[in-house]
Amino acid sequence: MIRNHILVCGGTGCTSGKSKSIYERFGQLISDNQLESEITAIMTGCFGLCALGPVVVVYPEGAFYSQVKETDVDEIFSEHIIKGRMVKRLLYKETVKEDGSGISSLNETGFYKQQMRVALRNCGVINPENIEEYIAYDGYTALAKVLTEMTSQQVIDIIKASGLRGRGGAGFPTGNKWQFAKDVPGDTKYVCCNADEGDPGAFMDRSVLEGDPHAVLEAMAIAGYAIGSSQGYIYVRAEYPIAVARLKVAIAQAKEYGLLGKSIFGTGFDFDIEIRLGAGAFVCGEETALMTSIEGSRGEPRPRPPFPAVKGLFGKPTILNNVETLANVAQIILKGSEWFASIGTEKSKGTKVFALGGKITNTGLVEVPMGTTLRTIIEDIGGGIPNGKKFKAAQTGGPSGGCIPASLMDVAIDYENLIAIGSMMGSGGLIVMDEDTCMVDIAKFFLEFTVEESCGKCTSCRIGTKRLYEMLEKVTNGTATVATLSEMEKLCYYIKDNSLCGLGQTAPNPVLSTMRYFKDEYLAHVNDKRCPSGVCKKLISFEILDKCVGCTLCARKCPVSAITGKVKEKHVIDKEKCIKCGVCMENCKFKAIERR
Amino acid sequence: MKSIEELKAIKAKMQAEIETRSAVSDSDVKIVVGMATCGIAAGARPVLNAFLDAAQKAGLKNVKVLQAGCFGTCKAEPMAEVHIPCKDKVIYGRLTPDAARKIVAEHIMGGNIVAEYVVKG
Repeated sequence: MIRNHILVCGGTGCTSGKSKSIYERFGQLISDNQLESEITAIMTGCFGLCALGPVVVVYPEGAFYSQVKETDVDEIFSEHIIKGRMVKRLLYKETVKEDGSGISSLNETGFYKQQMRVALRNCGVINPENIEEYIAYDGYTALAKVLTEMTSQQVIDIIKASGLRGRGGAGFPTGNKWQFAKDVPGDTKYVCCNADEGDPGAFMDRSVLEGDPHAVLEAMAIAGYAIGSSQGYIYVRAEYPIAVARLKVAIAQAKEYGLLGKSIFGTGFDFDIEIRLGAGAFVCGEETALMTSIEGSRGEPRPRPPFPAVKGLFGKPTILNNVETLANVAQIILKGSEWFASIGTEKSKGTKVFALGGKITNTGLVEVPMGTTLRTIIEDIGGGIPNGKKFKAAQTGGPSGGCIPASLMDVAIDYENLIAIGSMMGSGGLIVMDEDTCMVDIAKFFLEFTVEESCGKCTSCRIGTKRLYEMLEKVTNGTATVATLSEMEKLCYYIKDNSLCGLGQTAPNPVLSTMRYFKDEYLAHVNDKRCPSGVCKKLISFEILDKCVGCTLCARKCPVSAITGKVKEKHVIDKEKCIKCGVCMENCKFKAIERR
Repeated sequence: MKSIEELKAIKAKMQAEIETRSAVSDSDVKIVVGMATCGIAAGARPVLNAFLDAAQKAGLKNVKVLQAGCFGTCKAEPMAEVHIPCKDKVIYGRLTPDAARKIVAEHIMGGNIVAEYVVKG
């Protein structure tokens, strides 16, 4: 009988913090002490609180250890596991009760309290490389129910009634997509899982694949039954080595247990899944480009119609679903469409996973009901902005999305509301920016990404984004005029209207949304040749004030020796030599250097 | 996998294995065993395992067996506290594995405190 379960986070974030050697050390200690029959250590998927990784959780106490180092393992083992004394200094501060009477539940902490885990239900709970643990948490029960008790139309009707929409960005109703593919006649159909997560700062799909790969496999088999397909493909980025490795293990185990393959549960239904690795091109997240890439050609989009449901992979009817979308499917089958439809807003049902990044205290993975406000996500769950800085904007939807200013923090986040305020749900990346962020610079950053990632098929996207980028450069180096701004706006709409796929159609969004909400910053760059956040190097200069005491520290720290002056006399910066790195200002103990 | 029964069998087997992988809540019955040096030396580990084993065999899913450090009355080790929600906690001492099984059967399941092992506080 196992008395203690030690769960070590094996997500990419914690793995980079050496969680694998932490896990191995626990295993070593368990065998050294001959406690194999009493203590077990496993690696799980992401717990969500990546900012405090590597994370180790010990049950049944529910002790949440944060920022654990390899050298801490022996102490946790000898104190907590052997002697029953929790190691206080490593416990997540928020769970330690003030009166010293032990720890409170993790679900009562700010980070977890308002979350609702549906897609991430097994992440940080099970060992993703053990199919039996997934089965213990109702795994493959939904597939069994579907295959033995339901018709394919009943499956589609449940998904339709649940209101589930695509979590990859556009939010198309999943049930309708499946219905189209089912209604098209044909013997050969395909189920594709889009795991080509490309938005900078987004890691929701990766975490699901790393923490609960069987949830995706089970849902794909259910989708296969619903539309009449016996072959699935998972298109996943080669840059996700842990996710790919766990998927491979999961597929092999599912085949071994007969949960993939011929005549699953003896029903005569066959389903198999193969992995296809993407080379990391952003455009391959677009469904037609993704299929072209699976077929072995260069990943380029093609016009729709015909839609994939009619003529998709290898010319056959195909459905494409995002990882997070699929992670909801088995739960909907088991708990019913009414349960799922009771979560969220009128038109956006269920929960959404967000990858919180940027200037935020609790960097990590959160899952909240649709309709949660940005304020709740950032201030309550995210723990606010570090270093006492002010919140300026949040960027959702990656390079296709837009920036939400502080004035709109109380808007309930769902598909419709985000579109209405000029952003989009996207796959769920949420990058927080504070007052030190220049919005023009941010727009430039995202545009640089799309310039790089444009596949080149459409002129409007290939050349248009490049020209738009050049105009933004002019704004940031002070050579733009007000006329440049109106030209930029015109070009934005031209690119949107004339590009074939979602990449080009949404590429100008970061520019348009920042121009909409932060016009004053653009105007400051253009009219006053000033960057209000002090980011754009061409527009800032450093000045030494009269209160300089001549300590010579700045002169010694300057990497290009641009500061001169005698001891105990005011120093001077040579503007020609200065590279505006700001090192002098950071180091001055007398606050005698100013950025202008 | 040729039948749902097979799936159910794996599920039942694994659920027993991972039963202790959930955090204790206020509505659980808690058995806290002293596992400091004094407890371990007096034989707390077999007692702890006997509690776990007895609770599992009786199918008591809301019983959580936890560890603690020294209770302070080292002469009475191995010791354990039994917390049943809304009732006063009971401290037992000089326990053996058989005593642990008896406490699960009579106190936790039957509601009668096993007087012979109670330590007066």
